[in-house]
Amino acid sequence: MNTRQQSKLIYSWYGKPLSSDRKLRTSQYKGILITSESTKTETCIQLGDFILVEGMNADQPYVAQLMDLYEDGAQHKRAVVQWFCRLEEIPQNKRKLLKREISAQEVFFDQILGYDTDIAAETIIKSIMVLPLHLGEELPIVTLNKEQTFYVKQSWDGKCFKVLSPDTFSKLKEANKKKGVITNSSKAFIPSDTLTPVKKETESVLWSATKPKNADMEIESKHSASKSSLAKDRHSQRVANNDIKTPTARKKLELNSPTRSKGRLLGCEVLGLLDDDCDAIAPLPSATKRKVKFTSDVLGSPPKIPCSNDKPKSTSETVEQHQSFSDTMQLSPYTKIKDFSEKYKNLHEKGDILSPVGYKKPSSQSLVMTPRSRRTCAQKTSALIAEQISLLKSHGKLAAEEDVLSGSDSSYSSSSEEEEDDEVPCTPEKKAKSSRIFSTPKSSRKSAVHTPAKTLKKTPLQGTPRTPRNATPEIPRRFQAAQEPANVLEEARLRLHVSAVPESLPCREEEFQDIYNFVESKLIDGTGGCMYISGVPGTGKTATVHEVIRSLQQAAENDELPPFQFVEINGMKLTDPHQAYVQILEFLTGQKVTATHAAVLLAKLFSTPGPKRKTTVLMVDELDLLWTRKQNVMYNLFDWPTQKHSKLIILAIANTMDLPERIMMNRVASRLGLTRMSFQPYTYKQLQQIISSRLKGVKAFEEDAVQLVSRKVAALSGDARRCLDICRRATEICEFARQKRAPEIVRMAHVTEAIDEMFSSPYVNAIRNASLHEQIFLKAILAEFHRAGVEEATVQQIYHHHVALCRMEGLQSPTVSEIMAICSRLGACRLLLVEASSKYLHMRVRLNLGQDDVMYALREE
Amino acid sequence: HSHLLELLKRTTVHGESNSALIIGPRGSGKTTLLNHVLKDLREMSQVRENLLEVHLNGKKNPFLSGLLQTNDKVALKEITRQLQLENVVGDKVFGSFAENLAFLLEALRRGNRSSSCPILFVLDEFDLFVHHKNQTLLYNLFDISQSAQTPVTVIGLTCRQDILELLEKRVKSRFSHRQIYLMNSFDFKEYVKIFKKQLSLPDEFPNEAFAQKWNNNVQHLSEDKTVQDVLQRLFHRTKDLRSLHLLLVLAVSAVTVHHPLPTAADLQEASRQHSSDSRANIVHGLSVLEICLIIAMKHLNEVYDGEPFNFQMVYNEFQKFIQRKAHSMYNFEKPVVMKAFEHLLQLELVQPLERPSARAQREFLLMKLLLDSSQIMEALQVYPNCPTDVKQWAASSLSWL
Repeated sequence: MNTRQQSKLIYSWYGKPLSSDRKLRTSQYKGILITSESTKTETCIQLGDFILVEGMNADQPYVAQLMDLYEDGAQHKRAVVQWFCRLEEIPQNKRKLLKREISAQEVFFDQILGYDTDIAAETIIKSIMVLPLHLGEELPIVTLNKEQTFYVKQSWDGKCFKVLSPDTFSKLKEANKKKGVITNSSKAFIPSDTLTPVKKETESVLWSATKPKNADMEIESKHSASKSSLAKDRHSQRVANNDIKTPTARKKLELNSPTRSKGRLLGCEVLGLLDDDCDAIAPLPSATKRKVKFTSDVLGSPPKIPCSNDKPKSTSETVEQHQSFSDTMQLSPYTKIKDFSEKYKNLHEKGDILSPVGYKKPSSQSLVMTPRSRRTCAQKTSALIAEQISLLKSHGKLAAEEDVLSGSDSSYSSSSEEEEDDEVPCTPEKKAKSSRIFSTPKSSRKSAVHTPAKTLKKTPLQGTPRTPRNATPEIPRRFQAAQEPANVLEEARLRLHVSAVPESLPCREEEFQDIYNFVESKLIDGTGGCMYISGVPGTGKTATVHEVIRSLQQAAENDELPPFQFVEINGMKLTDPHQAYVQILEFLTGQKVTATHAAVLLAKLFSTPGPKRKTTVLMVDELDLLWTRKQNVMYNLFDWPTQKHSKLIILAIANTMDLPERIMMNRVASRLGLTRMSFQPYTYKQLQQIISSRLKGVKAFEEDAVQLVSRKVAALSGDARRCLDICRRATEICEFARQKRAPEIVRMAHVTEAIDEMFSSPYVNAIRNASLHEQIFLKAILAEFHRAGVEEATVQQIYHHHVALCRMEGLQSPTVSEIMAICSRLGACRLLLVEASSKYLHMRVRLNLGQDDVMYALREE
Repeated sequence: HSHLLELLKRTTVHGESNSALIIGPRGSGKTTLLNHVLKDLREMSQVRENLLEVHLNGKKNPFLSGLLQTNDKVALKEITRQLQLENVVGDKVFGSFAENLAFLLEALRRGNRSSSCPILFVLDEFDLFVHHKNQTLLYNLFDISQSAQTPVTVIGLTCRQDILELLEKRVKSRFSHRQIYLMNSFDFKEYVKIFKKQLSLPDEFPNEAFAQKWNNNVQHLSEDKTVQDVLQRLFHRTKDLRSLHLLLVLAVSAVTVHHPLPTAADLQEASRQHSSDSRANIVHGLSVLEICLIIAMKHLNEVYDGEPFNFQMVYNEFQKFIQRKAHSMYNFEKPVVMKAFEHLLQLELVQPLERPSARAQREFLLMKLLLDSSQIMEALQVYPNCPTDVKQWAASSLSWL
């Protein structure tokens, strides 16, 4: 895929126009030719072929069948497709409808009407193969071309899954056959021939067999030894597996490929046996010895004899094993937690032979891997895994439990993806090495040697995708469950906490409806738009938007609305405005890139017509913090929705009503549009309603008390958060007082106390508690201000007054150093505003509060 | 105290999120209070038998000091470290600030009220966090405390009374407005009690007889008139208990083997040391010429009412004095006087108004005297071997008489 991105592809029609429509000035073709400039290869795709189409995420191209090709009036090459959808494209909540596990190769015949089936021909990547299967059928195992082969069993119409109708089934079948004949092979992409699995096997067998031969030629001297060891190794492995039932088991294994279901069952069986066996002979060195002996028995021929004969045979056997394992592998991840232990057994068995791809099925993007590279891969991962796991070992049990319970599917797949990314680049290198040291079988043996040690460690792997790379951080669990509220007051307090999410938002019905309508209409139209929401803090802006989104999502689930994605960013939670791009992109596609790159990708995403892209609802909280000098972040944000294909709805939230006029440039403000909404501060009635709705059913507050709080807050700010906090504090005070007597509910007195506590000015209290000289100093300041008529004085001037005042009071006057100390103390409390102290006596002093306040505070004594 | 205890208890037991500020002047025991509460909390859990104890083991106390965490980036790293989340991060080089923030927020978002461990954030020198860019850290901490995420309690310690005005409006809205004011509201009697308590030896002191003797002495001291005077003066000056400690340390450090008990005189001496004026002390060490210069400046200040002066003016004044009055003074050369003047400059008794530049001649740089006339007179009183005419000159209100 990378080559595709890097090299330019030329799309040209294949053959002559079949038919053309004069009126529409379109002409239809039967095929399209894709020519890559760099590799000079040509691929021809014909009608009925299955193709990959560029998607939002480069790693997850869409699967489709080409139905029609035509050139429209403007000379654009267009294609009409029948979509198939991957499991990832089906919403989480619907996946459970399937009631079975899906491999990554399986796609669904898409019958959703909403998607645009008419795409630009340039988005076609390449041709692939899609095999129709009956529902009960198992997926055939293909060792090659994993990426290019998909299977379809069911159809998906947005609501439920259906079995493919015989009609479509046969159609698909037909398409496949046709394709098998015509496919024009290109070197860049290995053609997805309609090989039978058996054929492929043989191919791979041949391939792997020839390799060692080449190696043989290279190192002649080691020839015989290595050959024999090779044979031994292979046999030992196989034999280890088949230890007890060898002859029959082997036969069955060979039967494997034709009769799938049977083979699978058998695989399991064998594995079980294997496991027993392996347990019995844990120390492998001795085991090998035994096995070697066994080999000769089984083959009934001296081990050294016909190597050339022996080799292909044994390889084929390994391949078979391979198959059976991969079979069980595909099963094993799906087995329920119940047979956890069983699964783990399987896993460990397979650990030595199979690649990670097998059990990391979810996203087997794993390139076209040869058995060997897989093996090396397996080796590598196993080493990697062992490393990780030893780290986690101590936590193993707990973690495994937790994670299995949580069943974090998505994180699992993502992590495995990551791992693969890790490995893939290494493969060539590894491969080269392994061929040099002639170790196809060896490598597998090597990992086999690891097995005993690994078995234990592997346990947590089942559900723990804990690669250090993208580990999900977590705060340690608490050991005791949090206490439940014991009495009425505690219950009330819990409900009054700002974090408690109410079922409905009282007093914001109108705003709710407005926003809902706005977003709904845009969703239905499939267009984009912006809305600007303003209001002072604590008026429920964010809460309302969340509420809207929640109900919209509900509606979408019930299929009343087209599905959409919701992305939320908060200006305060970004370290830099440009980080917004990164976060949005991560939400949308899960990619992690730098800010500039993310901006480019996003711009591309929103400006190009993505056929299957859902509408995105983006909520931008604290918009004013996205301000930069050039305002490019804001500009981009508001520019995207105006583009034709963006399908982006932006809900911008900020505090100031006139933000667009105040800080935005004209071009940004104009893009923001005129859809504005301002949240008025709550009135006391509304606040009262909010509190009572939260306290519904709990008799903890007097009516009057609630009214007092709401009136007080409404007069000040109308901030609901403040209101709730006061109430919460009042319950605390009430509870505290109750320890002496027993007033059951919060009364006026408690509320008044809470209000006083929150709104009292600290200054007066601070002055009253200051020391005598500090008070005199303040008095001296007042006197000096009075004398000079300016509200600023130097310490020297104040000092003179201070001394005079001290003399009047009959106190010993302090020294200048002490005065300076007093001055800086008052400055630290910010009762005074002082200059830097280097100016010493000429330091200027100012009061930080009104003279009257000081006077009032000082007089009272 | 009980309020704070209650608050923290609720966080741990109920998993409720909270935020509070402890405000009080320096030395009023904010940190002491918090530590005390935390200690109580730990004890209480033991009383209640592993109901709470386990919580506390798992509970982390990131103590963040504003003086150490100079920006949000450092603070975030510190939080991560203290939460011991780096083990999750593994060997990965801790990425950019943005990644860091996202990581931590993600971590905190994962938790919910009932299952994750409550976290207590203590922000020492809270006012310094306020100055961070956009107050991102505070916003996020308060936001978490206001939403159904991992239960956190944010406690800020500061001495600034106007702290709330420094918070940005949306940060302020998220803060719960729980403020605990600590004031030194005791009166003099309690002050003396504190003094006694500070000075007396505890019961666990190994030598019981000596402890007895010492404590009796302390009791006497506290009733002594002179000691009371000393304490009264200190009390009037400041209620900060740290300065009391300082005074007592000075006094007790006079104790030796031969002089086992501190006396009233010791305390007086300590008080004198404690409250002496540093600048006046410097003046004691000056030469007669330098003193003359200072007197000249003082006169200039009086004549021109605090306007700045330059060396030339001071020199002229000095010349006048020499010509008219001085009998004992030698008429120094101008460079010598200049040297003396520069010495004063270095002692920072005189301060130039602006930076000395290459263009302005040194004689004409404008200066200010950093001493008060009362300080000068005081210093002259105790100056040894001061010529009488100099003293007279200093005392005379008009310099040319």
